Amino acid sequence: MSRRNNITGAVVVGASAFSAIAIIAIIIVILVVIVIGGKDRMTWEFITAFPENGMTEGGIFPAIYGTALMVIIMSVAAVPFGTITALYLTEYTSEKSIFAQTIRFAVRTLATVPSIIFGLFGLGFFIKFVGGEMDSVFLGGQLKWGQPNILWASLTMSLLTLPVVIVSVEEAIRTVPRELLEASLALGATKWQTIRKVVIPGSISGILTGTILAISRGAGEVAPILFTGAAYYLATLPTSLSDQFMNLGYHIYIMSTQSADVDGTMPIQFATTLVLLLLTFLLNFIAILIRARIRRKAIV
Amino acid sequence: MQGGMKETKIVTKDLTLYYGEKMALNFVSIEIPENQVTAFIGPSGCGKSTFLRTLNRMNDLIPSVRIEGKVLIDGLDIYDRKVDVVNLRKKIGMVFQKSNPFAKSVFDNIAYGPRINGIRDKKRLEEIVVTSLQRAAIWDEVKDRMNHSALGLSGGQQQRLCIARSLAVNPEIILMDEPASALDPISTGKIEELIFALKENFTIVIVTHNMQQAARVSDHTAFFYLGELIEYGKTRKIFTTPDHKQTEEYITGRFG
Amino acid sequence: MKSYTFTKESLRKKFRLSEFLSEKIITGFALLSITIIILIFVFVFRETIPLFTSKERPTGSREELVQEQYGVVPEPRPDQLQRQEVYGIEPDSALMGNREYSTEEHAAGQERRVTVKGLLGDEWYPVSSNPRYGLIPLMVGTIKITLIAMLFAAPIAILAALFSSAFAPTWLREWIKPAIELLAGFPSVVIGFFALMVMATVLQELFGYETRLNAFVGGIAMALAAIPIIYTITEDALTAIPGTYKEASLALGASKWQTALFVTLPAATPGVFAAILLGIGRVFGETMIALMATGNAGLISANPFESVRTLAATIGAEMAEVVFGDTHYGVLFLIGSLLFVFTFSLNALAEFYIKGRLMKRIQGKIA
Ligand SMILES: Nc1ncnc2c1ncn2[C@@H]1O[C@H](COP(=O)(O)OP(=O)(O)OP(=O)(O)O)[C@@H](O)[C@H]1O
Ligand SMILES: [Mg+2]
Repeated sequence: MSRRNNITGAVVVGASAFSAIAIIAIIIVILVVIVIGGKDRMTWEFITAFPENGMTEGGIFPAIYGTALMVIIMSVAAVPFGTITALYLTEYTSEKSIFAQTIRFAVRTLATVPSIIFGLFGLGFFIKFVGGEMDSVFLGGQLKWGQPNILWASLTMSLLTLPVVIVSVEEAIRTVPRELLEASLALGATKWQTIRKVVIPGSISGILTGTILAISRGAGEVAPILFTGAAYYLATLPTSLSDQFMNLGYHIYIMSTQSADVDGTMPIQFATTLVLLLLTFLLNFIAILIRARIRRKAIV
Repeated sequence: MQGGMKETKIVTKDLTLYYGEKMALNFVSIEIPENQVTAFIGPSGCGKSTFLRTLNRMNDLIPSVRIEGKVLIDGLDIYDRKVDVVNLRKKIGMVFQKSNPFAKSVFDNIAYGPRINGIRDKKRLEEIVVTSLQRAAIWDEVKDRMNHSALGLSGGQQQRLCIARSLAVNPEIILMDEPASALDPISTGKIEELIFALKENFTIVIVTHNMQQAARVSDHTAFFYLGELIEYGKTRKIFTTPDHKQTEEYITGRFG
Repeated sequence: MKSYTFTKESLRKKFRLSEFLSEKIITGFALLSITIIILIFVFVFRETIPLFTSKERPTGSREELVQEQYGVVPEPRPDQLQRQEVYGIEPDSALMGNREYSTEEHAAGQERRVTVKGLLGDEWYPVSSNPRYGLIPLMVGTIKITLIAMLFAAPIAILAALFSSAFAPTWLREWIKPAIELLAGFPSVVIGFFALMVMATVLQELFGYETRLNAFVGGIAMALAAIPIIYTITEDALTAIPGTYKEASLALGASKWQTALFVTLPAATPGVFAAILLGIGRVFGETMIALMATGNAGLISANPFESVRTLAATIGAEMAEVVFGDTHYGVLFLIGSLLFVFTFSLNALAEFYIKGRLMKRIQGKIA
């Protein structure tokens, strides 16, 4: 082999290795910078206290609480919905049916729609249309539901995370051995009995993974809630579905771009980012563990 | 060989089955007698499993399947639009090649069928579970581990558990698709003994690749080739003086 | 005498309520998921309709909107030119805000109209006393950011995919893949924050340009969001190329890198192309990074070191402050519709490439 060839080869391999390493290096840099910037501020008090002094001091408890509440409401909507849709796709229709293909296409579309569009939809549909109608029908036009709140934000987020749930659950259902379904049906179980007693128990870990991944995604997204319910600062925790809420990601955004004293609150911002990152990583990590277990189960 | 001819339980008439465009069964007509063991033999891919699965309408699960002809059980056309598939399957047990116990306890596996039939009473369930396990000759081996996972049993035990599970819904017919092909000789022997004992009360149809097994357990044997029923008759006749050359070649292992 | 047990009576078809309901409900839910997609389309587009309708010409200008989306610049019709002053009138927002919006739609019909010419203006001043809704600066900004982001993301991600699929030893590959997928799990607000707080400063010191937040910083930050997508899909496409294909090349005496570069990569072109399309879609619609790292000034310039304002960021920054139903509101929804149509087409195209071409090509080669 010629020398020139060898050099080109070295360049190709070198450049590709460099790219891979560069990506990993930047990931490490981001992590290190955020950990260093935030670790001093990350105390128990920071996590459990309310902000003080115009958010220049104190903790971020309301933002954590608001995020948690939002992902819970979001899961309550997205998980059953996603699971049922996945069940339909796997058990109630054939791969080839046009309806199933349309749903799959819809799900994929949903997965790639920019998250800000969900925000617009939340505003146009949930807040103006549904909320506005609720106000005029039940409250005689008094403004209650026709404005941003945690319910609309969570529902908006649930649409965003729906594909995550559908894909995970579908994958898990497909690992339930067909022989078990046949065994159940051959014993004279109906389809629904089989789904309830064999399919769902067999894919429970997939439903769990989907839920966790959806939560991790929902906890980190900000764009959909910018104008559907997140608030800059609230003195009290949300107590009703029609209340606005504070949110970790939104908090980071506001503090770093619109705070009166961006430099002074820097440690708080880093610490908040660290909390958000830890939260999403932890959730993703759990999901990966469960998923690995499913895969192992599928191979055996 | 048994004496006088028993009554016919299952009849198929010109049964033809397509997977999409592909014909997998070609005008199969057969009469399967009650309370006897009928064995299906034939080379791989000749349609034995497909045929077996038409008898409890398991092929309904495959969307591409199209069926022509008739399957009569006790004279009733089971493909009639008015027939309830779920109830039909309750009367026909099925045992698969690969043992497929649920990831539940031994007890819950057997109780699965009765429970879906609405039996909730604990006493009744226990009674059914114990009898079914006894009839499947596995009671002694599992009676101390009723609450353990069925997946912890050996392959042979799992298969007998699956037989017990199908007995628990009180079927009249039991379809077995190569029930012993994945088992060691001792487990196979146990299954064969079991089959022999069960035919007292059940009509048994068994698919097997094992010629000795067919010869040992069955009263009648059907030889399939390329989706067609080539020859059908008393097992002893098929194995000693078959009418067709193909049958003879297959049985003596000189096939293909 | 024998008794028949498989009888018509005992096996008569039974109606099972739970079975019936479960099937209907499950199908209903599945239907709902399609409905949601349609609803998203409907409700995002619906809010823009008042912009283009009026008593005199209810539908005419909508067609022009369609033209505009495909990038054809229509000659402004004389009646549009005349009406130009109309949209300049500042709507009485205090009055409108409190009104029921259905009646509002009716009353505000005149003020809320904007013309295609207005939308193609080069100034985006939505909240001045003479609001101007020129989308050109926003489009330029978005395209600029996308170009910069893809310039960084595409080569790096594709090379990294080549490395992990062709050159890296298995153990290393098992580390690289999840690590890069980890990046996909970073919330974009975190990337935006990092770009804003750290990258902007470092890059400014390195290159010495004036504006701290600009298209360059924003583009690189966006690249971080696009890399995992491009990497994952490219990697999939590369590993989907059948081994026999590579073996043939190796057998002809080609080296590992030659095979990877001249056989595997070209064979995976449709997949790589799809990966880039999806990456573009991601960058195009990314809001938080754009909001935080680009400076958000709607300038039209070719200089990568000046601030830009993207379409998505504009929605994110301004939607919370607009009056429901006024022109500004409608224009923001129009921007949303543009984003939607654009990313939707990109994804459809990507899907076509992945599904149609890649699969056919791979299958064709095997057969
Ligand atoms: N679900 C299916 N779709 C399409 N074709 C099928 C399907 N199941 C079986 N076949 C085809 O139908 C034919 C008969 O298959 P079947 O499983 O009944 O054979 P078999 O006699 O049981 O074989 P074996 O002894 O290997 O179990 C085969 O050619 C097989 O490829
Ligand atoms: Mg078979």
